[in-house]
Amino acid sequence: MSQSLLERTATQPAHLGLIDCDVHHALRSPKDLHPYLSQKWRDHLTTYGSRRPIPFISSSPYFKSAPALSRKDTWPPNGGPPGSDLKFLQEQLLDRYGIETGMLHLLSITGMDQRNQEFGAALCRAINEWQYAEWTQQDARLKAAIVVPGEDAEAAVKEIEHWAGNKDFAQVSMVTHTIEPLGRRRYWPIYEAAAAHDLPVGLHTSGNNGHAVTPTGWSSYYAEEHHEVAISQQALVTSLVCEGVPARNPTLRVVLVEAGVAWVAPLCWRLDQHWKRMRDEVPHLDRPPSSYIKTQMWFTTQPMDEPEKPEHLTKMLDWIGWDRLLFATDYPHWDFDDPGTAIKIPLTEQQRSMLFRDNARAAYNLD
Amino acid sequence: MSKHVVALAREIPPGNRKLVTVRGRPIAIFNIKGEFYGLLNRCPHQGGPMCEGVLTGLIQSDDPGTYQYSRAGEILRCPWHGWEFDVKTGQSWCDPEKVTVRNYPVEVAPGQRVVQGPYVAEKIPVALEEQYVVVEV
Amino acid sequence: MSFPRIGAIDCDTHPAVPGMRTLLPYLDDHWREQVTVRGIDGLDPSSFPLNAPANCRSDWRANGAKPGSSLDLLRTHALDPFGTKAAICNCLYGAAGTFNVDFAAALSRAINDWLAAEWLDREPRLRASIVVPIQDPELAVAEIERCVPDKRFVQILVPAAIEAPLGRRMYWPIYAAAEKHALPLCIHAGSTFRHATTSNGWPSYYLEDYVVMSHAFQAQLLSLVAEGVFTKFPNLTVVLAEAGFTWLPQFMWREVKTWRAMRAEIPWVDRAPAEIIRDNVRFTLQPTDAPPEPDQLAQTIDMIGTDRALLFSTDYPHWQFDGDNALPAGLDASLVRKLLLDNPLDTYPRLKETVA
Repeated sequence: MSQSLLERTATQPAHLGLIDCDVHHALRSPKDLHPYLSQKWRDHLTTYGSRRPIPFISSSPYFKSAPALSRKDTWPPNGGPPGSDLKFLQEQLLDRYGIETGMLHLLSITGMDQRNQEFGAALCRAINEWQYAEWTQQDARLKAAIVVPGEDAEAAVKEIEHWAGNKDFAQVSMVTHTIEPLGRRRYWPIYEAAAAHDLPVGLHTSGNNGHAVTPTGWSSYYAEEHHEVAISQQALVTSLVCEGVPARNPTLRVVLVEAGVAWVAPLCWRLDQHWKRMRDEVPHLDRPPSSYIKTQMWFTTQPMDEPEKPEHLTKMLDWIGWDRLLFATDYPHWDFDDPGTAIKIPLTEQQRSMLFRDNARAAYNLD
Repeated sequence: MSKHVVALAREIPPGNRKLVTVRGRPIAIFNIKGEFYGLLNRCPHQGGPMCEGVLTGLIQSDDPGTYQYSRAGEILRCPWHGWEFDVKTGQSWCDPEKVTVRNYPVEVAPGQRVVQGPYVAEKIPVALEEQYVVVEV
Repeated sequence: MSFPRIGAIDCDTHPAVPGMRTLLPYLDDHWREQVTVRGIDGLDPSSFPLNAPANCRSDWRANGAKPGSSLDLLRTHALDPFGTKAAICNCLYGAAGTFNVDFAAALSRAINDWLAAEWLDREPRLRASIVVPIQDPELAVAEIERCVPDKRFVQILVPAAIEAPLGRRMYWPIYAAAEKHALPLCIHAGSTFRHATTSNGWPSYYLEDYVVMSHAFQAQLLSLVAEGVFTKFPNLTVVLAEAGFTWLPQFMWREVKTWRAMRAEIPWVDRAPAEIIRDNVRFTLQPTDAPPEPDQLAQTIDMIGTDRALLFSTDYPHWQFDGDNALPAGLDASLVRKLLLDNPLDTYPRLKETVA
């Protein structure tokens, strides 16, 4: 990258009313959920807690780039972890960048991948109530995702139906590292319910399922694992498409979050090529796999790709289709994309509008 | 280019830093073992506030599994994406030829040589013998 | 374009072992008896279902014989139509998949000896990869050293998805041997199913397993670079076979971006990963996974940033192209020549020594 390119800033999009499709709010501590849990589950949360199939209680085995995965300057002055203080988030993100709508994704605690399924359902309800009371009702710019206990389709559908129609919730959300790939039959009722209520399903890379982080075992370094979680989103797309989730639910919309975007084009090519050779195995797909991706799926841009030659990125985005792209900051994470400086290629007016706002309005059916 | 007083040297002890603004430019001043260095407070990557970054040592290796640690406190990691910069030269560790953060010559000047400015106006009565941090911009 | 007959080098063909009975002469008394008494057979890799159309072109199937099991047909289908002057045999029969490492070593020996006797001896255009028991790196090194004197063995073969990522230090004795003997490491499509084929669990369909195989390759590349294999073994070449390659540009962009943030975690990675890959890694041509328009393929290859990356392959008998259209549209003549001839010669020093 030349120095001049690095110093160039794109036109500030603030005047457009930017839509940020990946914002991470956070609990100050699990105790924040206590008001929304019965005594039984409060006790369970305190005693057994959120047990995950990883070696440590309070750490990932892959140590991150920075504490709380976050930018050093996002720790709220009044205490609590990054993303836990609404006021600070408003100042540092929403106000600063003129964000009209921010899509919230909660990463921890998740009720979504609890092995104790009753506990998972209770946690999801508590999280959704906490989001509603303490976030979306406090700032109309923020929209939450209905977090659902994905491994229990019946309970997940109940949770969707509980919140459907509530405009504070813009999508349904599950973890992506699940017991089975998310295209599998056991998850279908969730997609049917989401589609029936005109809610997109937002899938942010997250969760622990006990599977190795790669198809060939466990990476040693965060430098690998950080990239691997993006690769796992490709497998997720492959599963959804090949299992016929978009094919069977033609109105379903799916948003893939925090995987970047440049991989979408070559994945489409590879899927289409091998579908031609193997289409007899998947007769429920009556058109090339890429056609489902290009009509029913959207992809958040963060972390934005940074090729040595910026014109390569432009080409790649052309090949994906500018209508598939949703700008996201991933605030407060360390690999955050600044709305003014993360996009280092020239944009036409139309591309800018689509990327920063219009595509999100379509994907989320915002008024 | 002109010189501007931005701080008293003793305000920035070794290992510490201060964010100042000179001619509209935000500059992070670092005291590395008694010597002062200035960096534009805007990472060349996406504009992150360099002054809030972590100072680390330099970790090198020519043999996987071994680690050579040197220059403690002289490498600045941008608080956003963690890119490493040599505080003394502004050079990015990953891409020294192509990526640098603008560095500003910083010297410590005795009181008499400084340019008039608001800081000096505040400090002159008590600080004639003291050392000033002067930035050339 | 009609296929240029300049004496291409085909870097990925698959002679098939008809069955364990074929290998009995190449086992010692102990293993021959074990195989016979215990009924050990059927070690064709699950990653390539034998009757799936994808794994043998319909006009290449003959007489109910296992695809790839006939030397005569290999000549007729894969060598003669393209004027091929050398082809590398990658035998995928399941040595890497067994849990008994001694058997894996014995089976590897048998396969390599069978390849030499019944393929290489009978067809001077053929070369082979050394099949190794990757499960046990010491035994793998022993097999490499055993095969090295036969110059017709030109590389080392391992499947893409195994027990642990290939960058791990426990595999390094293999890379020392590889570098010493100028043998590239060929990572070929295929899983030993030690792990789910995705980190999201086990997919339902073969189509999925095949498509996501590119992720196993990407994991291997991330591992080899991050663990410093190319720092320790700068002359090691790695060939990704039947991996696809149009995913490579965006993969490199992301890998470099991550490295810029995490350099201090892997400080022995002394230059941008994209540079390391351009210098040390190669990709066979099939499957091309081409974009819809020919000029887009040329542009994608341009994004890789080198014309040295691609190696011609037919992937015989897998069905990756029809007729003689082994080259995708959109490649200019100079790139075609490079991938047909110059890049393979450059990549395989032992082949270069023995090719006319």
